[in-house]
Amino acid sequence: MEIPTPSTIGLPIGLLAELTHRCPLACPYCSNPVALEGRNTELSTEGWKRVFSEAAKLGILQVHLSGGEPAARRDIVELVQHCASVGLYTNLITSGIGVTEKLISELAEAGLDHIQLSIQDSDAESADKIAGYKGAFAKKKIVAGWIKAAEFPLTVNAVMHRANIARSAAMVELAIELGASRVEIAHTQYYGWALPNRAALMPSRTETETAVAEIDALRKRHHGEIVIDLVIPDYHATYPKACMGGWAKQFINVTPSGKVIPCHASETIPGLEFWNVTEHTLSDIWYSSPAFNAYRGIAWMPEPCRSCDRREIDFGGCRCQAFAILGDANATDPACHRSPHHALMTDIAEVDSNGAIGDYLYRKFPANVA
Amino acid sequence: MTELHNMLSTSIPKFPRGVRLKHDEARQEWVLLAPERLIKCDPIAAAVLQLCDGKRSLSEIVKLLASQFNADAAIIERDVTALLQGLSDKKMVQM
Repeated sequence: MEIPTPSTIGLPIGLLAELTHRCPLACPYCSNPVALEGRNTELSTEGWKRVFSEAAKLGILQVHLSGGEPAARRDIVELVQHCASVGLYTNLITSGIGVTEKLISELAEAGLDHIQLSIQDSDAESADKIAGYKGAFAKKKIVAGWIKAAEFPLTVNAVMHRANIARSAAMVELAIELGASRVEIAHTQYYGWALPNRAALMPSRTETETAVAEIDALRKRHHGEIVIDLVIPDYHATYPKACMGGWAKQFINVTPSGKVIPCHASETIPGLEFWNVTEHTLSDIWYSSPAFNAYRGIAWMPEPCRSCDRREIDFGGCRCQAFAILGDANATDPACHRSPHHALMTDIAEVDSNGAIGDYLYRKFPANVA
Repeated sequence: MTELHNMLSTSIPKFPRGVRLKHDEARQEWVLLAPERLIKCDPIAAAVLQLCDGKRSLSEIVKLLASQFNADAAIIERDVTALLQGLSDKKMVQM
């Protein structure tokens, strides 16, 4: 097998820093792992600063400060300041809960470039139910106002699923009303907490197709006014997504405890060896850690991927999804119509979207983790 | 040379907050950084965007490039307008 070497491995572009897994919200589709990392395992301020300095040297251009809720870190302003000082473009991915007007102005002064605010629904009551937090919707609208008053560019992120999919278009209109220059209509990706909640979240094929068509029409109508990005619904797709732009090809994800992983879901794949920034430099991890090299390039690919004309367009799709659906992380992503197991995706979507809407399994820490 | 549209020739292109032109030392190229987006600049785009300082007008930029590259201003105008219009649609440049 061809072993990737530093000369064949490109430079990473983006780094997702999960600063903490603590979050006031409890969204049932949270992309964090079901086994959340507690506060006592989190990297220190100095630990994160070292990660960001090494990232800038390695070629990272954009840092996404996320969580959990990144504002739950008391050192968030100091971390933003440090990122700016080493030339990184900084994006804060926040729920808005726990964010104050004072914090927004401090972040502006620290050099933060952009804010992404999550909104659960355009209907207040439904939004609060999804977030598992009473008053979340009203608070988020106030925070959006502070963000715009501070003249930050704002992206609204809306995760779509059965409870809100009928209001996809309304989400775009709400984003415009809030002064966003960009909106992400992100159909739920079934990893992390979304996987055990799939039957409560999965929309029907008809609902999905209607929502996608509405967004297409809005994109034309609002061309030049707001950028509308769509994260496609995997289970109803023909081709798989080019997950992360290719395994360990462009992105690095660092968990609260400093574990470095190729994507937020990759810890679900058994047998992968992840390295930690407390023991290795980021550069060593990017080039040499076993998990990052596991699915680089095309040598690992089975058929039909290996001889496929799209093998370097979608890179065989998503390894975590292949494992989640087929129990084999080496398989072609079943979202691809060329996968021998493609029908399984459609069947799952059909069954789950017709099931009774159960209560959500809300995201939370186990009782023994602070 | 075709006349620039009045509105456009006097427009002053600038990068809105959240968009930054940066020289990427690791790759030795210019990149335009924006929310969840990144555009690698070819040498022509890099030359144009480096002149977008929020002070120069479109016509001044065209004039400078025409003399810098010793090229037909009409062609430069067409290329610069297309580039900036495309970036403006993506909210990466304000006119």
